[in-house]
Amino acid sequence: MQKVIVGMADLNFVKYPDILTTIGLGSCVGIALYDPSTKMAGLAHVMLPDSTKIQNNTNEAKFADTAIKKLVSDMLRSGASKSFMRAKIAGGAQMFSFNSTNESMRIGDRNTEAVIKLLAEYRIPIVANDTGNTYGRTIELYSEDGRLVVKTIGHGNKII
Amino acid sequence: MQSFENLDSAHFEVLREVGNIGAGNAITALSKILGKKVNMTIPIINLLEFKDIATFVGGPENTIIGILVGISGDINGIMMFIIKLEQAKTLINILFGRESKNENIKDFDEIEISALKEVGNILSSSYLGSLSQLFNFKITPSVPYLSIDMANAILSVPAIAFSKVADKVLFIESVFDAEGKDVSGYFVLVPEMASFPVMLKALGVLGV
Repeated sequence: MQKVIVGMADLNFVKYPDILTTIGLGSCVGIALYDPSTKMAGLAHVMLPDSTKIQNNTNEAKFADTAIKKLVSDMLRSGASKSFMRAKIAGGAQMFSFNSTNESMRIGDRNTEAVIKLLAEYRIPIVANDTGNTYGRTIELYSEDGRLVVKTIGHGNKII
Repeated sequence: MQSFENLDSAHFEVLREVGNIGAGNAITALSKILGKKVNMTIPIINLLEFKDIATFVGGPENTIIGILVGISGDINGIMMFIIKLEQAKTLINILFGRESKNENIKDFDEIEISALKEVGNILSSSYLGSLSQLFNFKITPSVPYLSIDMANAILSVPAIAFSKVADKVLFIESVFDAEGKDVSGYFVLVPEMASFPVMLKALGVLGV
């Protein structure tokens, strides 16, 4: 069993029995996709909601739209079944409680909103959602059964 | 300036000088607060991939305290003061003139948090104040914000600010160390891309 680390602005997928993990999601969102029929698990760690207004977007894993597109197509190409695919999402926190209307400071919420909207467009149901709040999260996705372990500092750990 | 690829060693030298002046002033302030001599290393210009942003503070999952001040004006960006938990406790104990006890280093009460914010505030103001004096920049710092969390989650805030324009983030890092006391930490200045030409020009380097 191998533990594959997904970095910030990165994505990857594994088959049973491997595990995917991403460490310290702040305002970034972790998108965990799982197909129980093939026990294939995919994880993306996105930083920004939308690539379309950005000129310099060489890294597809950085943006919610391009990351989901790439992760889904990579998994399908490796034999995953889209009709079984389901999603769990975590992150999208506001690390510093700015009392600000400044749009860039609400980036966590904007990331989460974008991911929810995009997954709906792909018709991938979100079966668990642990987003928002003001703390960081480390997540582990198990290809065995698709469980997502969410670890925090001072806010408990849980399985979603 | 479109990307960091345009920066050469002369530019790095200039940015290091910015860190030197800013952090030099900030540690003078810190040394007054602590009543101790505070040493500083030569600032490091760290151009990091997003996946590596937390390596300098002991890894992505390490718990740290980040005190963040937003910067606006001639230079825009983020200034952060980063300190490890046990050292923050020591700092607080010195500030409050109390003996260090066998306490839970993970718990900070409201007064301690607000003391840390104030230290962050004083240090960032000294850092930024020296830059604005020397180069005649108009810099307005925000109020300080504090977060105690995983290094990656905290440092992702300046990284995200950069991620729209680049696949790397540039930290101007200064490490300080109080003599005889176990208090050390980092000042990190993260200017926005558009602020680099302004800083470089102010220090007499053109051509970015």
